[in-house]
Amino acid sequence: MENILQNNSNKKIILLGNEAIVRGALESGVNFISTYPGTPASEIGNTFYKIAKDANVYFEFSTNEKVALEAGIGASFSGLKTLVAMKNFGLNVCLDALIPFVYTGTKGPTVIIVADDPSCHSSAQSEENTRPVGNLVHIPILEPSDPQECLDFTKLAFQISEKFKIPVMIRTTTRVAHQRMPVKIGEYELGIKNKGKFIKDVKRWVTLPPRVLEMKKELFEKIEKIREFSEKTKINKIEGDKKSKIGIITSAIPYLYVKEILKELNLNLPILKLGVFYPSPNKKVKNFIRKLKKVLIVEELEASLEQWVRGLAKDTNPKLQIFGKNLLPVVGELRPEIVASSIAKVANKKLEIETKSKIFAPKRFPQFCLGCPYWLVFNAIKKAVNPKEVVFGGDIGCYMLFGNPAVNMQDYLSCMGSSIGIAHGIKKATSQKLITFIGDSTFFHAGIPALINTVFNKSNPLIIILNNETTAMTGHQPHPAAVGVAEPIEIEKIVEACGVKNLKTIDPVNQEEFSQAVKDFLAKDEVSVIIAKRICIQIKK
Amino acid sequence: MHSNKKIVQFNIMIVGTGGQGQITLLQILNQAAFIEGYDVKSSELHGLAQRGGSVEVHIRFGKEIFSPMVSQGKADLILALEMQETLKGSYYANSKTNFLINKYIVPIPAAKPLSEKEILDNLKKITKNIAVVPAAEICKEKLGTEVLAGVYLICLAVFKKLIPLKPESLLAAIKKIIPEKFLELNLKAFDLSRG
Repeated sequence: MENILQNNSNKKIILLGNEAIVRGALESGVNFISTYPGTPASEIGNTFYKIAKDANVYFEFSTNEKVALEAGIGASFSGLKTLVAMKNFGLNVCLDALIPFVYTGTKGPTVIIVADDPSCHSSAQSEENTRPVGNLVHIPILEPSDPQECLDFTKLAFQISEKFKIPVMIRTTTRVAHQRMPVKIGEYELGIKNKGKFIKDVKRWVTLPPRVLEMKKELFEKIEKIREFSEKTKINKIEGDKKSKIGIITSAIPYLYVKEILKELNLNLPILKLGVFYPSPNKKVKNFIRKLKKVLIVEELEASLEQWVRGLAKDTNPKLQIFGKNLLPVVGELRPEIVASSIAKVANKKLEIETKSKIFAPKRFPQFCLGCPYWLVFNAIKKAVNPKEVVFGGDIGCYMLFGNPAVNMQDYLSCMGSSIGIAHGIKKATSQKLITFIGDSTFFHAGIPALINTVFNKSNPLIIILNNETTAMTGHQPHPAAVGVAEPIEIEKIVEACGVKNLKTIDPVNQEEFSQAVKDFLAKDEVSVIIAKRICIQIKK
Repeated sequence: MHSNKKIVQFNIMIVGTGGQGQITLLQILNQAAFIEGYDVKSSELHGLAQRGGSVEVHIRFGKEIFSPMVSQGKADLILALEMQETLKGSYYANSKTNFLINKYIVPIPAAKPLSEKEILDNLKKITKNIAVVPAAEICKEKLGTEVLAGVYLICLAVFKKLIPLKPESLLAAIKKIIPEKFLELNLKAFDLSRG
């Protein structure tokens, strides 16, 4: 395998998008990295976890993304070069910490990686598009298209952060994060500095009114300066025949599809490729659209660029015909053939796709692994209750597969930790029996406040904490009670301390004991917890 | 190295079920194409989908490659590690596409498995270029494990010129990508596919 730490400049090695981000951070001299695992961002943390010691950097798997970002903020305030990585839903969790961080700004340059998953290849809950967060938070956002740009943009993001003292976000998607290509690597120095110093500066780090409003003004001034950078930077670039009356505006992965299709259709149309999503280079776009008759905006998920271009076109070129979401889907990822049909329509080109794909292919759902302890939990519950008479709550983890055919034991599913919070609401609203599942890592992530709420506000769901001693779904990252952790924090002690009286830890291999506990606890007037403790079969191997 | 750029573009799909080693095969082919000086792009999926679900990966190499994904109907080779998954791969096929299929079925719970005949009859509507190879059986018998079927098949594809790469590039790529402790078995799969 390629050694990501090799110091051999101007060499090309094949890297995954996420590995290229790691390499870009190393070449930038990163000191401090925190993350909570989530696909498609997981390999950033996994790679740092493996190399942190050799690279002389600090790395942690934090308890959740909010804590990860807060740790990163502390490191940045102390002057360290910091990287925080997460999937899109993690950004929701840490948004509360992110907005004030953009007000205070950084001391140590800070880059935040957020990975979206169009088409929900590895995500439940929603098909989230994080790009509009730029306008909400006022954080600069860069969007790489391929692993080379993952490396280059990470380095550029650190430079922008250093220059403008603001955190910078890099937004990837599955097809960027999990894309491989030969990447030209650069030189770097191993962990230059790993001790920072927090220097007191109330004006800078305390977001108390009335100072906070001054900070907001300063932030807007900063953003306008970064917009000037955005107007000039080479990562917002125009390619192709500039005399053509038909143009394309695109970014991220759709840019690669546009390039591919233009080559295939033998078209030489001008492309404005945006590497910076926020703050947008308004002048550059106005110049690009000024003389066009038609413009096609190729972007994935909800229209963001398109709305912005429509706004700019009103003054600059009111007759401009603007195409985008009238030809492209709002739901699901783009594919080259979808982009091809939109370009062909706008350019009046005939498209020949030879395909006879109307062939039935059976649907194959993901399954629990052979020997997975969750099979045992499912069996024991089936023996204890009639599943039709019980409401089953789901949460985020491998056990989401309880919702697939053959098990069918999941009546609601939302975000991390929500199974318990929603269970409380259902128990307060109804008199139905309810069993809810939550994994060990998810419990630590966001389940504990919800458990306290069920005790404090008195409802009686049966909560089954599936403790397989790892963060299984994202690739077996450690958590506070995971196997191999030197001083694990016992889940039992946390549950007890939250005030839960009905508590049992059972290895689900003991089927009768498990079934009996389910029956007993469902009859209780107070909240009950069963900790189903059996190690993940993949780790046991 | 870095001289032989004959192929404009070559598109490979590998389809199968989670856990059949698609990502390792993708890495080997990427590396082999890179050794021959081609531009390379690939796309894969990680996470929950891998737990026994359908998994397809895209590998593209040639003179200048932009998209990491193969377009509908544009695959040159569809390598199926599982027979029923071949039908999902057919989305990427045209009349000239080659199918190389592992004679191996992973049942779908609560569904009637499609027979080999049903699957092949469907594929024949698209192309005549279909080869079914009992790779899992051969690897089980000769090497003691069917896990090597994928490596056996990509090697076979190179030897049979279904992939325009040189066997020596593939061999070098296997040595680069496969961890030391599994290398010997993988090299045996390479030799076995040479026939």
